[in-house]
Amino acid sequence: MKIYENTGSKDTRSGFGDGLTELGKKNENVVALCADLTGSLKMNAFADNHPERFFQVGIAEANMMGIAAGMTVGGKIPFTGTFANFSTGRVYDQIRQSIAYSDKNVKICASHSGLTLGEDGATHQILEDIGLMKMLPGMTVINTCDYNQTKAATLAIADHHGPVYLRFGRPKVANFTPENGAFEIGKAVMLQEGTDVTIIATGHLVWEALEAAKTLNEKGISAEVINIHTIKPLDEAAIIASAKKTGCVVTAEEHNYLGGLGESVARTLAMHHPTAQEFVATQDTFGESGTPAQLLEKYGLNAENIALKAEKVISRK
Amino acid sequence: MADTQHLKDLVTQVRRDIVRQVHAVSSGHPGGSLGCTEFLVTLYNEVMDHDPSFNMDGINEDLFFLSNGHISPVFYSVLARAGYFPVSELSTFRKLNTRLQGHPTTHEGLPGVRIASGSLGQGMSVAIGAAQVKKLNGDDKTVFTLHGDGELQEGQIWEAAMYASANKVDNLISTIDVNGQQIDGSTEQVLALGDLRNKFEAFGWDVITVEKGNDVDAIITGMKEAMNLTRKGKPVCILLHTEMGNGIDFMMGSHAWHGIAPNDEQLAEALRQNPETLGDY
Repeated sequence: MKIYENTGSKDTRSGFGDGLTELGKKNENVVALCADLTGSLKMNAFADNHPERFFQVGIAEANMMGIAAGMTVGGKIPFTGTFANFSTGRVYDQIRQSIAYSDKNVKICASHSGLTLGEDGATHQILEDIGLMKMLPGMTVINTCDYNQTKAATLAIADHHGPVYLRFGRPKVANFTPENGAFEIGKAVMLQEGTDVTIIATGHLVWEALEAAKTLNEKGISAEVINIHTIKPLDEAAIIASAKKTGCVVTAEEHNYLGGLGESVARTLAMHHPTAQEFVATQDTFGESGTPAQLLEKYGLNAENIALKAEKVISRK
Repeated sequence: MADTQHLKDLVTQVRRDIVRQVHAVSSGHPGGSLGCTEFLVTLYNEVMDHDPSFNMDGINEDLFFLSNGHISPVFYSVLARAGYFPVSELSTFRKLNTRLQGHPTTHEGLPGVRIASGSLGQGMSVAIGAAQVKKLNGDDKTVFTLHGDGELQEGQIWEAAMYASANKVDNLISTIDVNGQQIDGSTEQVLALGDLRNKFEAFGWDVITVEKGNDVDAIITGMKEAMNLTRKGKPVCILLHTEMGNGIDFMMGSHAWHGIAPNDEQLAEALRQNPETLGDY
């Protein structure tokens, strides 16, 4: 088994902020917009370094999305920053018409996604954003797992022409992917090879999947772990190949099981290689207040439940 | 005043294009299109410095964003007759596989269109972004928008209006087509807009009123006044008072022709009232 080491827990939003800071220095076409959450999105350094390229929009997310679309006319690459809820559901039609349908090169960067923003509760905990964004034609959807990967993704999407939804979070989580690692949009990352069950995870639950694989290994179960950072376009070949090898799949995400990574995987398998699948995700529910750890436990989004689901899906083979 | 007969001839021809486009597919929005014909003809042929060979970025060009996308028939006719694409393509309006979609889009690659519009209230935000980038790029050209008065009921317009003045977006001229009509009736009946001059002034804009919004000479005068107000620290709003359905007597004075196409007899009568000037497509 490969051993992954947490090199020091960090928040994924800081990966975004540090990536944006680096982009500001190396690409003068990058501009950033924020809707009154500069500190929360870790955009301060970019704003301080490049005040002429930073646009404080105030609490007006719809206007922010429209301005970002307009800024592409003239060759800029706009990065918008606000919470995931206000980056998607609140401004769906603005993204749909002015960005996606208009083929605008806007990067929608969303922090505080999922349950793990914690105590603020359900008004701020969007669990539907992956579904909303992946349904838009032409939209690339990325959900990164740790600080290093979020920083790498932030750099990578500036070089990708087209609208992108980049989803990350608030809490400090294990940082275990390589520092300054390459980020290839649409490419699955094989973290652990195994033969009995495939665990396909995204975002904060990738580390939990690795922990689950350890537990399973102690029971003599060989789990394959794949990190899907890009939900759209999905690396179908990697998913199909792994399902053929292990014969069963668990998907894990901090999102509703309707519309999330699990459904994309299920569609892929239904079309190419029907396979038993269990879902670690929220079950068509809103979130609530609590600490991130409490919430992940209550809603079953942790290593313990991933391991349970793995044993269950193996029994269905 | 310079001779504007060529603009008036173009207005008449564009009216014919509008009613012929909507008649051919029995759908589309002639009322607002006819009301804004003089404005768009003047903007593209007398006011804006623009290049019909079309580059999306529009560096060192004036830019126009249509926010009330349903008046696509007039937009398409004015663009075609300015040389953005062949006039003959107007015959494909709203038909399967056309670049002239029901509402304008960049998605099919139609030259002259820089943003999709149709879902209302979004164009001012887009124009602000383009205007701010012009400043970043050291480009001293101007960005223009057009909005329906009913469209001002959308909240995003007022987010954008607040932002534009707070950030001194003074290379922006937003024109409001004040025709007092929307789908369900008059704006007074549906949702009264109140005093638009006071509203925009309270939001930090300079405001010009053009009372004769269907008079080419009055539009030229108003646009010159507006251009003189740019680059003085405030965005500029033009309240353009127009008549919906202008130039076709039975379409004027009501909201009835907002989204209704003429039948064969009505088309013949509309064309009789506007004799061909520059050649039909």
